[in-house]
Amino acid sequence: MEIINKLIDKSALATLIERFTKSGKEVFAPVKSKGISEFARVETIQDIDFETIATKQSAKSLVFPKVEKILSYEKTFDDVIVNNVDYTQFPEVIAFGNRPCDAAGFIPLDAIFAGELVDEIFKARLEKLTVISISCKKADDYCFCTSVNGGPGNTTGSDILLTETTADEYFVEIVTEKGKAILDANTDLFKDTAAIDKTPFLAKLEQQFTQEVINEKLNGIFESDIWDKQAMRCVGCGACAFVCPACGCFDIQDETKGKNGVRHRCWDSCGFKIFTLHTSGHNPREKQAQRWRQRIYHKFSYQPEQQKLFGCVGCGRCSRACPSDMNIAEHLKEIAVL
Amino acid sequence: MENTNIYVPYKMKIEKITEEAPFVKTFRLKFVNEEDASKFSFRTGQFGEYSVYGEGESTFCIASAPTREGYIECTFREAGRVTKSLANLDEGDVIGFRGPYGNIFPIEEWKGKNLLFIAGGIALPPMRSVIWNCLDLRENFKDVTILYGARSVSDLVYKHELAEWNARPDVNLVTTVDPGGEDPDWKGKVGFVPTILSEMSPSSENTIAIVCGPPIMIKFTFPVLEKLGFTDENVFTTLENRMKCGFGKCGRCNVGKVFVCKDGPVFTLKQMKELPNEY
Repeated sequence: MEIINKLIDKSALATLIERFTKSGKEVFAPVKSKGISEFARVETIQDIDFETIATKQSAKSLVFPKVEKILSYEKTFDDVIVNNVDYTQFPEVIAFGNRPCDAAGFIPLDAIFAGELVDEIFKARLEKLTVISISCKKADDYCFCTSVNGGPGNTTGSDILLTETTADEYFVEIVTEKGKAILDANTDLFKDTAAIDKTPFLAKLEQQFTQEVINEKLNGIFESDIWDKQAMRCVGCGACAFVCPACGCFDIQDETKGKNGVRHRCWDSCGFKIFTLHTSGHNPREKQAQRWRQRIYHKFSYQPEQQKLFGCVGCGRCSRACPSDMNIAEHLKEIAVL
Repeated sequence: MENTNIYVPYKMKIEKITEEAPFVKTFRLKFVNEEDASKFSFRTGQFGEYSVYGEGESTFCIASAPTREGYIECTFREAGRVTKSLANLDEGDVIGFRGPYGNIFPIEEWKGKNLLFIAGGIALPPMRSVIWNCLDLRENFKDVTILYGARSVSDLVYKHELAEWNARPDVNLVTTVDPGGEDPDWKGKVGFVPTILSEMSPSSENTIAIVCGPPIMIKFTFPVLEKLGFTDENVFTTLENRMKCGFGKCGRCNVGKVFVCKDGPVFTLKQMKELPNEY
């Protein structure tokens, strides 16, 4: 749909959030606790941290929880009763205060869980999710959204995007039908406006490379020694995948207590050695460098080939989280100039 | 609610267990629910996820042929957590099965051709599905040759079926064991599969070769086939990599840009040559 432009002042925004919670919707937004900002359930606008550039984790877990029950089972003497997950009963969730990069992350995730066989559990969570994002007025040294076709005011993946234009007001872009449903139910809170040039209100972030160049370069460097060089520092902790808003790789594990148990779909990481380890002991990605190469190829070569999109949104979380200071933007820049 | 949860397995009853070799068993599985049985179909080359609730899931091919309806079979070696618990089950016990997943051996395209099956060790099960499928449609194919090798005589799987193929006039079966793996009664060959293949020197004329075995056997068999004049398009194999989901989402079985689960597991040598060495 064509974007609808509106204005909302901060007191009206507070009212909007109260209306969400009163109507039974679960609102998740960045909340600062002990110096760390994370998406958490909020009741009022006062709970929300508007300042932190990037929460430690993205809002990914609202649609792809760290651990998701995919079925449960009860064992009897000579039988097993398997119970499905009632994914029609998931709550309506508002993800408020996403950065545009995080909002964009829902798109590659969706491409993984959709496809020929649809993961209905993921799909149901995504359908119940409305994404209200806030444009970035600041960026830090790790941010590189403008190098991967994103931007501090990009609307991709958001249902509504807010851009702070004055100390008391946001410029509102209603991007999708879900966003429009919120507008239609709360018309009294929004004011009309013509389109506004957002540029003066957005962080300035220089483009360091283009994802298309990375994609082209990867055609010829699978056997290059750059992977060994770059991954020398990698300790294989997998934190990069856990904080990534676009990483969708998972494991399936059973957890049993007595006769009852639950089968879970849980986050996994291509950085782990056992990710690809065969029972025989053979491992197709034996070395950490091969696993680092897989991470870059998956996001910048395989996903573009398989799903016609890129698997990186430039949020920089992987670099912020890395215990050995690997910086993905720096490494991508090295690849771009090979 | 209609169940469209892709992770929920079918309920299968173990109808028959066959001990094939030390630590190797074949399960014949039947659908517990008639409705599942009537909706289910598969084609040769496909695989599934077999689960023991509480232990997890394990990936094996469907080792029976689609021409044998009413059941599926899988053959596995006790190796990890799930296969060890599978091995502890009895006839009548219930397990889970998800599938079928993956692509197929294009046997329709092989009509009128000679077939050369080359298998090593525990890799005969995926090939057994194709062999029986082709033998059940025997008139569609010309000469059928099966070369099967294992480490030792006791490691040969499907011994009854090997005897059956051996007795058939329309099948040329050659069995071999690795040097030192023979016993006094052994009447087959002694030597590694690639060496025996070289000695047999089958014609590549109008022939499809289907190869399945441990990586080391594959590595030394392909060059022999090339020497015999087989083109890369006429050599087929089936790959395996660690899998969890079976349908291209969990992210671990890829070899370069292809998922073994979704784009494979069946590949031609031509396709294999375009892939990086990540299997």
